[in-house]
Amino acid sequence: MLDTLKIPERHYLNNGHGLASWLLTKDHKRIAIMYLISISVMFLLGGLFAMFIRLELATPQGDFVNADTYNKFFTLHGVIMVFFFLIPSIPAVLGNFLIPPMIGAKDLAFPRINLLSLYIYWLGGVFTLAAMVMGGVDTGWTFYTPYSATATNTHVIPTALGIFIAGFSSILTGLNFIVTIHRMRAPGMTWFRLPLFVWAHYATSLVQVLGTPVIAITIVMLFVENAFGFGIFDPARGGDPVLFQHLFWFYSHPAVYIMILPALGVISELISTFSKKMIFGYSFVAFSSLAIAVFGFIVWAHHMFVAGMSTYSAMVFSFLSFSVAIPSAVKVFNWTATLYKGAISFETPMLYAYGFMGLFLIGGLTGLFLATLGMDIHLHDTYFVVAHFHYIMVGGAIMGYLGGLHFWWPKMTGRMYSEFFSRIAAILVFVGFNLTFFPQFVVGYLGMPRRYHSYPDEMQVLNVMSSAGASVLGLGYALPVIYLLYSLKKGAVAGPNPFAASGLEWHTQSPPLTENFIEVPEVVSEPYEYEHAVAKESHLV
Amino acid sequence: MSNTVAHADPHAHPHAHAHHPALQHHFDTMSQQKEAAVIGMWVFLLTEILFFGGLFVAYMIYRVWYFDAFAEASRRLSLFWGGLNTAVLIGSSLTMALAVRAAQTNNRKWTVNWLVLTMLLGCVFLGVKVIEYEDKFANYEVPGANYNWVYHEQHAAAEGHAVEHRPLSQTPEQLQRTTQLYFSLYFTMTGLHALHMIIGVGLMLVITWMAWKGKFDAEYYTPVEMSGLYWHFVDIVWIFLFPLLYLVERHT
Repeated sequence: MLDTLKIPERHYLNNGHGLASWLLTKDHKRIAIMYLISISVMFLLGGLFAMFIRLELATPQGDFVNADTYNKFFTLHGVIMVFFFLIPSIPAVLGNFLIPPMIGAKDLAFPRINLLSLYIYWLGGVFTLAAMVMGGVDTGWTFYTPYSATATNTHVIPTALGIFIAGFSSILTGLNFIVTIHRMRAPGMTWFRLPLFVWAHYATSLVQVLGTPVIAITIVMLFVENAFGFGIFDPARGGDPVLFQHLFWFYSHPAVYIMILPALGVISELISTFSKKMIFGYSFVAFSSLAIAVFGFIVWAHHMFVAGMSTYSAMVFSFLSFSVAIPSAVKVFNWTATLYKGAISFETPMLYAYGFMGLFLIGGLTGLFLATLGMDIHLHDTYFVVAHFHYIMVGGAIMGYLGGLHFWWPKMTGRMYSEFFSRIAAILVFVGFNLTFFPQFVVGYLGMPRRYHSYPDEMQVLNVMSSAGASVLGLGYALPVIYLLYSLKKGAVAGPNPFAASGLEWHTQSPPLTENFIEVPEVVSEPYEYEHAVAKESHLV
Repeated sequence: MSNTVAHADPHAHPHAHAHHPALQHHFDTMSQQKEAAVIGMWVFLLTEILFFGGLFVAYMIYRVWYFDAFAEASRRLSLFWGGLNTAVLIGSSLTMALAVRAAQTNNRKWTVNWLVLTMLLGCVFLGVKVIEYEDKFANYEVPGANYNWVYHEQHAAAEGHAVEHRPLSQTPEQLQRTTQLYFSLYFTMTGLHALHMIIGVGLMLVITWMAWKGKFDAEYYTPVEMSGLYWHFVDIVWIFLFPLLYLVERHT
């Protein structure tokens, strides 16, 4: 069977050659590929800083770098990973590539704005990287005032401007998705026939569109304070630094959902495809995405329980933070129910999906610890918090991203990667991740604060475990770069639907045509219809 | 998945009838293209509301905390220039609406005329803003190292003008600090608003040129309508800014 498969003659990758055909393209798929390369570079850079952090923390003394340099390392790690990798990762790469073919459209609603968003992302990256080259910034990725406004003499302005600019890239991507999902669906593609990946991206886009402008204006206020000596957050003039924290977290908490919601969408696709079953409780999974997006906007102050707020509002925010667990648990339970009596297989994407479920569960449950008022006072700003959000952002978002990348790689490139090496990498990532971050729960609970470059001797064992795990994790991330690039030339031809998945994107050739489909498709059946048509090859392409 | 997809082409003969030249290839119809633009624009305006919203929140908190400082500082703004600018902007929204109407009715000449008039009114607004900012710089009312709350009164007294004294809950030293919050917000809010006006005028230059070239007709005038939505939004922001900044307790 595999011998007869051929890479199609015409596809989006060979429709035009040379640099200009890429830089001036309006094809969402080519833009997605350029995003993929850009965020991979950023991930490498952010990972490098993580490596420096773990190297420093391998010993209790501050012997690798001094405290100031260490401050810059964790700041740049956070800034690059959050704003230049995690936020764009799944939406700008997988969402950009897949939403149009998933809903049967030729392109996103605004192809030029899509390309613009990539250029804006690059411009933002240039500002932030320039700040890094000039000597970096040491405020932490949170830029808390008054330190960031009056005390630090590092490069807050260019870094913050980079984030401000990159924010518009995120807004434009979200805007494009919302309009595309509303207006570009193929005939018969009703809202409740949309893949859950698309529902998740719809919810994500709402957060991007409603949240990002608030961080933008917060940065503007920080900027005028730094650049012109205005005093909006200056306590010496009656300004309130805690207001900065409120405005910052009003975006930056929902930003967590920009990272995790698309990953939840990916996992829904993976679980259904690799258990060959209709997703359990489709509408519950779809609406839980929206519920998470809505709840995400009303829990921000749980980052500030010790910053000074009334007990009453702390209780309200604590309660609301607990309720985010409900839609999150709905998803996990529905995935588990989907697996039940399914024809489960263990291809690489599914390994990531399993890893995701376990890590997301731990990340979510430890979030409840932190949402508990009394507990949070003990755990605030310790490594427990660091471990918690890495379980969500790395264990959740990056596992989802890698799972999705492996799942749709054959669609994007037309080639299969090495199943053997990709499984090894998936296992390395899972093991390395847990070895890195689980000890941090313990060390944090014992009282090790975050953002210090030295610590008491008795905490060394756990920190060495963490640093060792980081090396394994790094290996797990490096391996895919090798075998995925190798697959571009030598990989077996994948064919239109190597995983026998049901989504519309699998009903076109791999790699797809520039217009995605030869003719406008008409959808005549429900999503995830596996029971009726198990693993039948599509005859349409 | 033999039954998942059927093939259907809504345009069985895509080239049998002439497409409108403005129809992009990934849309099926002009109305689909227009609806996409309209939703996109409204979503964009939503982001703008959230953008200005952060400033309004900061304004609200500090106004409640330092009401007297806000009331005093607000008196340093000119009601004449502020009122004039409000009238100018409302007028420009009218000319903008008339430009959209002219485009809708295939009236190229008046589309261009109304757009030019809108731009002129926009420039008048910006000019007045320059006069007002100039006055703030001259009176040391720009927050920062040179800020001097009492300069205004000292200057007036030196010129021989009567200085009005109202009973205040804050000392001049306190006002020297807290009124800076007001002027920080004043400059940030009106500055960002002015930036939006400049972008709007730039946008309209392009639209006017397109209208002049005859790119629009009754079937396709989306860019005119979208820049109109943007212009009205910027106008509405000012409708909130004017009372919040100029009219704090001006009735006493």
